[in-house]
Amino acid sequence: MAFTSWADFWAMGGYALFVWLSFGTTYVLLLGLWWYSKQQHKSIQQQIRAKAAREQRVRQHQEKEK
Amino acid sequence: MWGSMFRWLDPYAKPETLYHLCGRLLPYLMALAVFTLVLGNIWGLAFSPADYQQGDSYRIIYIHVPSAIWSMGAYSSMAIAAFIGLVWQIRVAQWAVLAIAPVGAIYTAIALITGAAWGKPMWGTWWVWDARLTSELVLLFLYLGVIALAGAFSEAARGIKVASLLAIVGVVNLPIIHFSVEWWNTLHQGATITKFAKPSIDSSMLWPLLISLSGFALLLAALTCLRLRSQILIFEQHRPWVRQLVESKNGEQN
Repeated sequence: MAFTSWADFWAMGGYALFVWLSFGTTYVLLLGLWWYSKQQHKSIQQQIRAKAAREQRVRQHQEKEK
Repeated sequence: MWGSMFRWLDPYAKPETLYHLCGRLLPYLMALAVFTLVLGNIWGLAFSPADYQQGDSYRIIYIHVPSAIWSMGAYSSMAIAAFIGLVWQIRVAQWAVLAIAPVGAIYTAIALITGAAWGKPMWGTWWVWDARLTSELVLLFLYLGVIALAGAFSEAARGIKVASLLAIVGVVNLPIIHFSVEWWNTLHQGATITKFAKPSIDSSMLWPLLISLSGFALLLAALTCLRLRSQILIFEQHRPWVRQLVESKNGEQN
């Protein structure tokens, strides 16, 4: 352990601003990308499902017309 | 010769196989990535000793160096995929370009931001227009260029081709980034671990750095897997296997 107390740890030897700015931004960006990619994957599936359902309805309608 | 050498790879070029392979790998890659990242970073932040010259500010190294190295690693992978996609017309390789580019861009942004936050206390400035910093900024623009070009054509296939071309041409920037600290006078220090000699860093600092390095590598792989799955779905959405998959899962994962 390089620090004697939690306060010591958070202070980062006087470099708190720079160290926590770096780690904070890094994890915000990484989590953001992960969340965005996950959401994108979900929404693509929803879109495909909606499209398939629509095509199904159109097909059923066309069969009724005949 | 080349044909038979890479024949074993053929099934993985089939989008459906690759989609399921990525799906199986994803949870393991993600769990390993989170574990190694947390281990490496907490070790580096709290347990490795302070630097005798830079004090605790040097701890930024545990994200700065991995993100910078893998910003270039991601670019190489993206360029290789682009080359395979252009030359052999392997579609999954073309989609991999689109999957990797945003991850690489984020890694590059992290390298630049953490570099600035490290430069301010150590060099007295957030930014200088020197060779290392400028060439890394060019890398970010290359990534953004690839992303923008890929989406700039009404015909997606053409967009990918033009973006792949830019990705391949941009490879010239990689040696420039790496050797910039030797070729030019720069504020940035020389290579510490990416050289053909014993790393000039104590093992109490090297270990957490190597673990953080593998953490960023695993995360790159995991995010690429996740994003490649999305790309496969987009480009294969009219195929029966995608229709079946999407309907059978009904809103659940995968």
